[in-house]
Amino acid sequence: MGQIELKGVTKRFGDVEVIPPLDLQINEGEFVVFVGPSGCGKSTLLRLIAGLEDTTGGRIEIDGKDATDLRPAQRRLAMVFQSYALYPHMSVRKNIAFPLKMAKLSQAEIDKKVEGAAKVLNLSSYLDRRPGQLSGGQRQRVAIGRAIVREPAAFLFDEPLSNLDAALRVNMRLEISELHNSLKTTMIYVTHDQVEAMTMADKIVVLQAGRIEQVGTPLELYRTPKNRFVAGFIGSPKMNFIGGTEAQKHGAHEIGIRPEHITVGTSGDWQGRVTVSEHLGSDTYLHVQTDHGIINVRSAGNVDVHHGDTVWLTPETANIHKFDANGSAV
Amino acid sequence: MATQASRAAGRLMISPAVILLFLWMIVPLGMTIWFSFLRYNLLIPGGETFAGFENYHYFFTDPNFWPALWNTLTLVLGVLLITTVGGILLALLLDQPMFGQGIVRVLVIAPFFVMPTVSALVWKNMFMNPVNGLFAWIARTLGFAPFDFLSAAPLFSIILIVAWQWLPFATLILLTALQSLDSEQLEAAEMDGAGPVSRFFYIMLPHLARAATVVILIQTIFLLSVFAEILVTTNGGPGNASTNLTYLVYSQSLLQYDVGLGSAGGIVAVILANIVAIFLMRMIGKNLET
Ligand SMILES: Nc1ncnc2c1ncn2[C@@H]1O[C@H](COP(=O)(O)OP(=O)(O)OP(=O)(O)O)[C@@H](O)[C@H]1O
Ligand SMILES: [Mg+2]
Repeated sequence: MGQIELKGVTKRFGDVEVIPPLDLQINEGEFVVFVGPSGCGKSTLLRLIAGLEDTTGGRIEIDGKDATDLRPAQRRLAMVFQSYALYPHMSVRKNIAFPLKMAKLSQAEIDKKVEGAAKVLNLSSYLDRRPGQLSGGQRQRVAIGRAIVREPAAFLFDEPLSNLDAALRVNMRLEISELHNSLKTTMIYVTHDQVEAMTMADKIVVLQAGRIEQVGTPLELYRTPKNRFVAGFIGSPKMNFIGGTEAQKHGAHEIGIRPEHITVGTSGDWQGRVTVSEHLGSDTYLHVQTDHGIINVRSAGNVDVHHGDTVWLTPETANIHKFDANGSAV
Repeated sequence: MATQASRAAGRLMISPAVILLFLWMIVPLGMTIWFSFLRYNLLIPGGETFAGFENYHYFFTDPNFWPALWNTLTLVLGVLLITTVGGILLALLLDQPMFGQGIVRVLVIAPFFVMPTVSALVWKNMFMNPVNGLFAWIARTLGFAPFDFLSAAPLFSIILIVAWQWLPFATLILLTALQSLDSEQLEAAEMDGAGPVSRFFYIMLPHLARAATVVILIQTIFLLSVFAEILVTTNGGPGNASTNLTYLVYSQSLLQYDVGLGSAGGIVAVILANIVAIFLMRMIGKNLET
């Protein structure tokens, strides 16, 4: 249970085609992450799957059955919203129980399931509070609790962590990953944070302007990006792109090299002057002004160079990505 | 307003306005209380003597007092019922995307801008009149005998007129409240399997509770003193069938020239309004706390 297939799904708002025909297969039990820049249609795609928006064309199949015209409640999917969308006038207990109550379960059954979910999510001591009396992370957990009690075929998350601070985000990220490991339910997760995508996903779907640029495991996307957009989007700090004669030396229109695939030394291919150096202890980030523009470098450990120093950079030849004039990888 | 000095200065600055407002309230109130203890009839000028609680005694034992009290409560409750229920339904309707939404909204608010006397006269002469009225015409076209609203069901007719005036106010406040409802909450409820009816009762109605409280509180204050609509339509009659407390006070002090008795009635009305307000605050004021 929990296999979702999109076949030629299209969405227009008036004259604007937000999602051109799109095909996507999501397998049972997979953790799929949609990433892409703001406004690329991630939320829209998720809402199409959820049934909160009507498709303009194409078919959505859930577990092999056509779900295109089913109402949201009939699709057996649960969604966690960015704003949590908790019901403010209901206690945490009632919030979590709401979908069960709508499904007309007996009170005893509801109580059992709510207690169970509360235990999994560490919410037992907050059950009688209102959402307004909870912290952001707790609210997030209530929203997840409301989703898991229904035992849905798949979970849909729309940027669930973007309202949390950095430390909490890392925590919740782990909790959601753990939840996925224990429930083994299909999850679709929308984010524009590529670190979240890389760390959580079994499969990443990179979107741009409603089109799927590439689908693959995190490492596939990292190692063999299909085009310049994916190469630039996945990885932090961003890949460096160099065009002109330097690229032609490698027989490409443009070459890309990740900051971590460049070594810093006293001799090498490209000479440059350090404009900014960031020493994190574990890593050193350098911004180097060279003849090919600014190049970002990431070196493990502490490298003792500072603003104004002259350095030589050497790219690892094996890790150079080559792109043609259309931006496709060659 | 953090320091002592700035707080003191602030108090000093607002004191003229506060004092003026206080005098504005306390002088008429004080005079009314004073008159209510006098034997004070406009037909016998200069003959004012202290009467003690005599006026109050007469007011309470007036055969019109209990009916008037009853009419007042019926009027208030009736109008509140129609305006809150009707206001919620209208707000739901106006919240739907539709053609000409802006114009429709202005039209719905329009009755609120019509003076009470004018709207009551319009209702009396153009709608409810048993000979020329629109309702009478409809009844006759359908083959029924016209219904004489203002003499057969005077209080009900007045409730209708007043409710018509206040419906826009309720609608407006409830509509703004409805529009402030987070659409993601409705979507979440939809995903949770709640149909339109459940969504209304579990999500929308609780969200509207606070706005409805405001509507009820504000309207109650004004509805306790409905007067113009009664004066221009039924004159409190037939008999005392549509006399409320305000109208009773008017008829005693101005129609019978008895200022003392009227003042006593006024004070009784003030006390009653306060009792109602306290009850209301107790019952529904909780909704206003965050
Ligand atoms: N109801 C709507 N009517 C018209 N256009 C819309 C509507 N909803 C979304 N859009 C447009 O569709 C595009 C995709 O929006 P969407 O919300 O899916 O982006 P997103 O990828 O989720 O972005 P973000 O990361 O900022 O949340 C945007 O250009 C947006 O302007
Ligand atoms: Mg979005």
